[in-house]
Amino acid sequence: MLYKIMSRETLVPNNHLFKVEAPAVARKARAGQFVVIMIDEKGERIPLTIADWDREEGSITIVFMEVGVTTRKLAQLKAGDSIANFIGPLGEPSHIEKFGTVVCVGGGVGVAPIFPIARALKEAGNKIISIIGARSKDLLFWEDRVREVSDSLTVTTDDGSYGRKALVTEPLKELLEGAEKIDRVVAIGPAIMMKFCAKTTEPFAVPTIVSLNPIMVDGTGMCGCCRVEVGGETKFTCVDGPDFDGHLVDWDLLFARQRIYIDEEKHAMECACGEVASHG
Amino acid sequence: MAKVDLNRVSMPKQEPEVRAGNFNEVALGYNAEQALYEANRCIQCPKKLCVGGCPVDVDIPDFINAIREGDMPEAVRILKGKNSLPGICGRVCPQETQCEEVCSLGKKGAPIAIGRLERYVADWELAQGEMEKPQIAKATGKRVAVIGSGPAGLTAAADLAKMGHQVTLFEALHVAGGVLMYGIPEFRLPKRVVQTEVDYVKSMGVDLRLDFVVGKTMTIDEILKDGYDAVFMGTGAGLPMFLNIPGENFNGIYSANEFLTRTNLMKAYLFPEYDTPIKRGRRVMVIGGGNVAMDSARCALRLGADEVYIVYRRSEVELPARREEVENAQEEGIIFKFLTNPKRFIGNDQGWVVGAECYEMELGEPDESGRRRPITKEGSEFMLDVDTVVIALGTTPNPLVPTTTKGLDVTKRGTVVADEKEGKTTKPGVWAGGDVVTGAATVISAMGAGKRAAASIDEYLGQQGG
Repeated sequence: MLYKIMSRETLVPNNHLFKVEAPAVARKARAGQFVVIMIDEKGERIPLTIADWDREEGSITIVFMEVGVTTRKLAQLKAGDSIANFIGPLGEPSHIEKFGTVVCVGGGVGVAPIFPIARALKEAGNKIISIIGARSKDLLFWEDRVREVSDSLTVTTDDGSYGRKALVTEPLKELLEGAEKIDRVVAIGPAIMMKFCAKTTEPFAVPTIVSLNPIMVDGTGMCGCCRVEVGGETKFTCVDGPDFDGHLVDWDLLFARQRIYIDEEKHAMECACGEVASHG
Repeated sequence: MAKVDLNRVSMPKQEPEVRAGNFNEVALGYNAEQALYEANRCIQCPKKLCVGGCPVDVDIPDFINAIREGDMPEAVRILKGKNSLPGICGRVCPQETQCEEVCSLGKKGAPIAIGRLERYVADWELAQGEMEKPQIAKATGKRVAVIGSGPAGLTAAADLAKMGHQVTLFEALHVAGGVLMYGIPEFRLPKRVVQTEVDYVKSMGVDLRLDFVVGKTMTIDEILKDGYDAVFMGTGAGLPMFLNIPGENFNGIYSANEFLTRTNLMKAYLFPEYDTPIKRGRRVMVIGGGNVAMDSARCALRLGADEVYIVYRRSEVELPARREEVENAQEEGIIFKFLTNPKRFIGNDQGWVVGAECYEMELGEPDESGRRRPITKEGSEFMLDVDTVVIALGTTPNPLVPTTTKGLDVTKRGTVVADEKEGKTTKPGVWAGGDVVTGAATVISAMGAGKRAAASIDEYLGQQGG
């Protein structure tokens, strides 16, 4: 079966949005879940978080950053092209209920998956305070969409080219120190950002949920490639997560396991670039 | 009558030093002359004990007789009358504990090489390029969902389709075949053979839906509501077991499922032509003594390892792997460390495994499995320097389907409760069979369960009326 790319856009350099025709996935998708995709029969299976869905249209929206061979190949595809395999929705949906006031933090490409979670939490009656950050203005996207589902929004950039010059943890800390009671924090972004968000909230004992992004193969609990340690216990991110208690995650283990194939990736990129050069 | 040769025709194989460096099939298969000679050893005894030894009741003496008479199309017809996957079974069934174990010739000499002849027949048909279409009964108008396209699911789907039911076969992965694709390596079961037999099942009108994770994309309850009259669960035992010892999550430590999935299903041995990478360890330790451990060790060797150890806590006689696979591994230079059990893994500052501290073991009284229980020798710890570890301790059923299905009872071991004869579960309209019921077992026992469940489902659907 082929999954058609209904539309695509480059949100910011290296970050792309694809709307993919996948009615069976769209029917069941919920905030916090992911899909596993494979571009063609020689491709790798990679997980991508679901950024949005349209059940009537039968579409799933994914947003991804070009980081390796597979995401680079994916970025080459055009509207009307197809992806060979598109599997989901996988993982447990985010826990949605009325907690009170929830701070939603999205960093970099993590702004995309934080959006449906913020929206679901908002619909469940929570007050949503969002913080989104990027390295600089030209890498920031979906400010409008996140604003729409938030009671308030703070935008940060590392270089100060837009919004506040800060890391997302700074406004987060101020909120925790402020007068308003914060009942929950959800943080999605690069692993290092999630780690520091969790470290920021820990002294305040505010429950902090992070969405982990280790390497996966099948995404259904079969291989254990995505194992992480949470509270001293081994968990499979694909079936036990991807959402976990950020205060209990062994971050160093996650960082190490994310780097397992760094040499192979480099080698594959060189080969792929060589191919482009020889054909171009 | 000429005297029967008590020795079987040996299987031509790739030489150990050659095959250790490639992923091509080890056993090359009989040629026509060898097959005829072996078929002629069959005394066509009236007892037909072999048929009783086969979990799917293949009419063994009849197909052997067809080979003798040179009527290969008939041999195919007889074989496929009972078994839709002969190319697979001829290669991976443990015939030595089934049909061949009870062969009358076995009392005096070597039993007939039934598996090798079965493979010969299947390969003959494959070489003809065209498969004869099976007889399909008149359409019943009943719809059956088969979940999982491994040996149990493929068999159930094929039998149900032949009975005239409309079958949808749901598969979570991107190709059909289950463990036949992700688990068993190319050098033991070429993927071309699996896909040919999958195509044969599809040719019966079975609708294969890939990328469909039952329990996530749709639950069994939703499938039943969607108009299916019955469901067969053949979801296997896909969840890997770990040792739960310190250091198990260091980089370079794989479950056998991951190691084999990357290697076989994703073809990591062809990286970077294929995009999925795998670590090519120099010193590899495989923990476990079953067929999966043998497969993992032999894959590691073919990926270029200098030394591959199989670490097993019991002794050689207790190895659960097929004898043939143990011999193949030994010939290829796999080093067996019996009566050894890891205590913990040691990692470097980058989080990579660099070694395993192991205990020496000794054997005590037999345990509930009937095998002598391994006991740790205190103070016997020693270090084994390794850069890759594969944990092949076995698997349990994936809870994804059971936990999302109302009214489906599971045991403490996570297996689905189903009656052994027919595969009926505690949920009306739902059958189960194969590893999901028994825990990890063999391809052929899963096929037997798929076959029995198909017959039971057919009977149930007949009672439902039109």
